[in-house]
Amino acid sequence: MPESSAFAPQYASVPHRDHTAELGMWVFIATEVLLFGGLILAYLVYRHAFPQGFAAGSRHTKIVIGTTNTAVLLTSSFLVAWAVEIFSPATTKIVTWLLVGAACLGLVFIVLKGIEYGKEYDEHLVPGIDFQFAGPKANGVQLFFVFYFVATAIHALHMLIGVCLLITLAIICRRAPTTRHHAALHSAALYWHFVDVVWIFLFALIYLPGRSSS
Amino acid sequence: MSDKNYLTTDYTLRSWFLTTDHKRIAILYFASLIFFFFIGGAAATAIRIELATPQADLVSSDVYNRLFTMHGIIMVWFFLIPSIPNTLGNFVVPLMIGARDLAFPRLNLMSWYIFMLGGCITLFAILAGGVDTGWTFYTPFSTLYSNSYVIVAAAGIFIAGFSSILTGLNFIVTIHRLRAPGLTWYRLPLFLWSLYATSVILVLATPVLAITLLLMATERFFGVGIFDPRIGGDPLLFQHLFWFYSHPAVYIMILPGMGVINELVSCFSRKQVFGYKFVAWCSLAIAAVGFLVWGHHMFVSGQSLIASLVFSFMSFIVAVPSAIKVFNWTATLHKGSIHFDAPMLYALAFIGLFTIGGLTGLFLACLAYDVHATDTYFVVAHFHYIMVGGMVTAYFGGLHYWWPKITGRLYSEYWARTAAVLIFFGFNLTFFPQFILGAEGMPRRYHVYPPEFQVWNVLSSGGAAILAVAYLMPLFYLGYSAFFGRRAPANPWNAPGLEWQTSSPPPEFNFASQPVVTRAPYQYNEHFQAEPQNA
Repeated sequence: MPESSAFAPQYASVPHRDHTAELGMWVFIATEVLLFGGLILAYLVYRHAFPQGFAAGSRHTKIVIGTTNTAVLLTSSFLVAWAVEIFSPATTKIVTWLLVGAACLGLVFIVLKGIEYGKEYDEHLVPGIDFQFAGPKANGVQLFFVFYFVATAIHALHMLIGVCLLITLAIICRRAPTTRHHAALHSAALYWHFVDVVWIFLFALIYLPGRSSS
Repeated sequence: MSDKNYLTTDYTLRSWFLTTDHKRIAILYFASLIFFFFIGGAAATAIRIELATPQADLVSSDVYNRLFTMHGIIMVWFFLIPSIPNTLGNFVVPLMIGARDLAFPRLNLMSWYIFMLGGCITLFAILAGGVDTGWTFYTPFSTLYSNSYVIVAAAGIFIAGFSSILTGLNFIVTIHRLRAPGLTWYRLPLFLWSLYATSVILVLATPVLAITLLLMATERFFGVGIFDPRIGGDPLLFQHLFWFYSHPAVYIMILPGMGVINELVSCFSRKQVFGYKFVAWCSLAIAAVGFLVWGHHMFVSGQSLIASLVFSFMSFIVAVPSAIKVFNWTATLHKGSIHFDAPMLYALAFIGLFTIGGLTGLFLACLAYDVHATDTYFVVAHFHYIMVGGMVTAYFGGLHYWWPKITGRLYSEYWARTAAVLIFFGFNLTFFPQFILGAEGMPRRYHVYPPEFQVWNVLSSGGAAILAVAYLMPLFYLGYSAFFGRRAPANPWNAPGLEWQTSSPPPEFNFASQPVVTRAPYQYNEHFQAEPQNA
């Protein structure tokens, strides 16, 4: 693999530049943890206030789609990790296909999410637009769905950004990969895994409460 | 040394607006911040003119609400938070660590564009009719009742937050990865320790504000009940989330100021900073403990007494590292060879004003007194002593200190000292009477008040007039010096920091060769010898 000869003057060497970039991504992930952290905190506060409403709301989520999506996203993360692991001059073709595969799985996730949103719209579960739910638990259920939509929409936005990143890297890898792109791939993979981890938390918080009992 | 410097490498507009040079980006920020400072200042002027009499002579109550909201939003998010980090910090961080640029120069430029986008959106909200919620956007007023441009203003602040995060990220990575050989953490100038602590807050607190504003906008747009008690929402949750950012944010505003003061006090008393390691770790301690005190903004909100007591206790704790710093500055001054140059006048003013601001902060941390003082002018006076008396004074001090490095020109000492003294005088005349007003019970955010408060309000408005003139003065003498001032030598203050080892103004990539650090910082006495100056 050709060494990218030019690096910006503030770096001492190519590895210095690459490690600096990686630290940047870690700090960025720290800021993202707090972004989702604030949201999850608000979710937990209201779940504590409305345990029955949240359990009832949770039972109206589409667990089959949610579980499928979890599997899809984990597989996609696996493909990205694989691509980082085997990245070398001899493997550009495989790396490209692994990245394309991961990006496609990301799109599958987003499409399934869209289908899920559509079903929830049909069942009048979208607060602020078309929410209808009768009974004493209605307030709790509405708050549950507010957080459901805000959290999953922000997560889906992160997915979309990640898909764009993976596709860009796939195109670069097919054309002229250098060591610099290995560092970029490494950082993009960190981001993708982070988005995956956030989903695991959201899945546990959104789909599972109240499932064990009726 | 080449005769080309960062200002003269290229003159085109394109070379400025597409630059990745941290020094030029600092200038871009500097120009934008002057603009925002005067918008925020104009609103403050209108407020003080209205308050000169007890009746509503100048504006209606609604316009008054929009004025103080505009003053708060612009000053907090578009001046105080970015002021020192994004102008002085952007300029001197790489110079002080012997690097040729920040770790991510393009990200740095991007963060300026994001900042300007956020600023323009917020300005649009103000021009379109303004916001009347106060800068805190408290729910349910902001979500249910206010008939103003809440969502637009929040969107502007939301976007500007990305700029804060990216700057903080850039500083953290730069300070970790790009230090010159030999520049260990305990050889780092204290300004960088304080910027590092500030950056940690920027990175960890700003996203919480982002999500809070997003939830508020969602609530206002869809009416879905996140903060609406009628549907089971909790308006207090907004305050918890908001102050989880906004209390640490006051440390974003003051920590860089403290960092500047370390440089100034040490340089103009020609002494090493007393207790270097304590001052360094106190920055991080303030940043860490600052995350645990937000509830002292909510003593009268109806939160539990236990919560109030814990937050009160933690607020007293956070005063300890701040006090350590003040004691260390005074100990540094002790038996120093003190030079009363303009930057030093600002530094001394800072120490006095910050001490008053900090001590009155203890009044407010005290649960019983805070119940009396909540939402009175006592609070207004307290935070203006910290943010204006502290932060803005430190900003002016740092600006004068590094001005010869930034522009390569010297300014008029006479006018600079006059302005510094006037600012100190005008500031105290403006805000000290407000302590008395607050203690006597005048509430904030009212444009009419009982006539017995008028004498203190007239004093305050008179002080504000002096302050306004004093803040305008640097615009003229610094502006003049930037074009016609005498040429500055590389090291006009005979300071040992790395930023003074390169020419003034510095060349495009800061250093002709990689500097190597072999000694502790602030070696004014033992090792540092003044070098002959060639003006």
